[in-house]
Amino acid sequence: MTNKIVIGLDGTETGERALTFAKELAKGMGSCELLVAYVIEWSPYTFQTPEENAQRHKRREEELELATTRIVTPAVDGLKAAGFTAQGVVRHGDVAETLNAITVENNGSQIVVGRSSADGIKKRIFGSSTQNLVMHADVPVTVVN
Amino acid sequence: MKALKLLTLLVASLFTASAALAQEAPGLDDRINQAFAELTGPFVNTIFAPFPGTSFPWIVGWLVVAASVFSLYFAFVQFRFFGHAIRLVKGDYSDPNDAGEVSHFQALATALSGTVGLGNIAGVAVAIGIGGPGATFWMILAGLLGMASKFTECTLGVKYRNEYEDGTVSGGPMYYMSKGFDELGLPGGKILAILFSIFCILGALGGGNMFQANQAHQQIAGIVGDYPGWITGIVFAVVVFLVIVGGLKSIARVTEKVVPFMGVMYVAAALVIIIMNADMIGWAFGQIFTGAFTGLGVAGGMVGALIQGFKRAAFSNEAGVGSAAIAHSAVRTKEPITEGFVSLLEPFIDTVVICTMTALVIIITQQLLIDPETGNYLLNEAGSAIATVDGNTGVSLTSAAFGSAFSWFPFILAIAVVLFAFSTMISWSYYGLKAWTYLFGEGQTKELVFKIIFCIFVVIGAAANLGPVIDFSDAAIFAMAVVNVFALYFLMKVVRQELASYASRLQSGEIRKFEH
Repeated sequence: MTNKIVIGLDGTETGERALTFAKELAKGMGSCELLVAYVIEWSPYTFQTPEENAQRHKRREEELELATTRIVTPAVDGLKAAGFTAQGVVRHGDVAETLNAITVENNGSQIVVGRSSADGIKKRIFGSSTQNLVMHADVPVTVVN
Repeated sequence: MKALKLLTLLVASLFTASAALAQEAPGLDDRINQAFAELTGPFVNTIFAPFPGTSFPWIVGWLVVAASVFSLYFAFVQFRFFGHAIRLVKGDYSDPNDAGEVSHFQALATALSGTVGLGNIAGVAVAIGIGGPGATFWMILAGLLGMASKFTECTLGVKYRNEYEDGTVSGGPMYYMSKGFDELGLPGGKILAILFSIFCILGALGGGNMFQANQAHQQIAGIVGDYPGWITGIVFAVVVFLVIVGGLKSIARVTEKVVPFMGVMYVAAALVIIIMNADMIGWAFGQIFTGAFTGLGVAGGMVGALIQGFKRAAFSNEAGVGSAAIAHSAVRTKEPITEGFVSLLEPFIDTVVICTMTALVIIITQQLLIDPETGNYLLNEAGSAIATVDGNTGVSLTSAAFGSAFSWFPFILAIAVVLFAFSTMISWSYYGLKAWTYLFGEGQTKELVFKIIFCIFVVIGAAANLGPVIDFSDAAIFAMAVVNVFALYFLMKVVRQELASYASRLQSGEIRKFEH
């Protein structure tokens, strides 16, 4: 059976470290696929103006495009160049929930993420996305510092 | 940078305009008001004309009859699909692959922030003050029926909206009038659409703008003391400008977050007051039911209570006016009817929940004076309304009712009124804009022209005491309903087909919940 590692990126350097770590991990495993995932933080329960609603579809496409070209595609290309089998995925949602959902859908065996970049009050109250992921994920999670 | 330059220009022109207003001789002001009243009087009188021999405005009857017809035609869809509507809002039926699009919840919240406002706070107090507690009963009934009107118009709004290549959408009554009538081979759709758009622009500048600015100013002046209205006007105009022209999302975002919070807090405070007076609940409902059918000695009796209740519900939830159809059409759903289901929650939340809370608090805190001997309500000296503690009416009656339980609440209420007014203005600026672009075409310059006109009207609304203008703008909003409901009667069979198809697929399990 092929192992599949899901790498959660957040566009910061901790994501880069997660990527490096996952590469090492994959090398050691032999047959292994890598899935690079980027989740755009989004909630269906926020409040918006009518104008924002009207433009939402357009914005969503732009956000997906930006995340794909700036973050996911370069990472996937880098992995492929290094000889790995890799794919990318970008999705909107709650970071922890969505990363887990992506992993489950793709039969991922584990998740590698960088330490959370959330800061300030929000982190104190709700915990970081990483903490939530570690607590609720259905597969083992490695957090790279 | 362009926005900044425009802003400077706007502020400069606003200052000049308001300075001119301030310096005007009072005589001139009066003359302008009078001329305007004479010009618009026939239109206002036609819209608000009573049925011959009664004091019941025909426009209220028009809306209530429409709501009843839609309720019957769709076999009380508002009750049959109420639970389904809530599940839709919770996202049970949302495809995870659509994450990032406008959710049902967001569309509902956006539409609600356009309707929840002064009507729920001040309007209810006026209705109870004149029609007595019994008005509450008729208000709730009208709210429940109005859910079917919203359902009809919002389903059509999504079904016939325009989707542009760049991914943005435009929808609303003008689109279902022109496209829907064409589809059914009916003539006159385009004419209705143009009429609707004209009334919508007038309604947006009036009821959706000047009236709001005016009331917000009065609230602020009530707390900090009297000062010229144009100051409030300019501050409001600048903030509105920053949001709708400058695209300053942060202000809109703050408001859109604070407004629902205020709404929840308002209902929570009302609930606390009601629970604190739990022993009075039975009595209050008794007053509402008895008053609904006898009037309890109120001027106008049962009919008076009925008129006030119906009127308030229609003014408050805008069911049948067509504005919500514009707000709801942004949702990207494969099933237009799901947005109809979601929208039927709107009159429920607005009228059945929030308006009723206001009414109960006023009744329970005994703001209305009762004759201890007869048990009937005492009338004020003029005999036109029920006598209240300290003679309060409108916002001040609601304020006093809440204040009798929490002395600090009137301040919160004033802030809430100002924020509600602001969010209503933002919503109506969009409705007006959509009507404007329908008439004149889409384009940055054309849109900017409307947005600047909108901001100028904010100042005018806050600065002047414009009784006739307010009458006119209310009339314009209801004129929208005349055109809209007329079109809905022709298009309702389209909605019925959608409903039948959806209901059968829901039953067969073709439409099912997604696992989240």
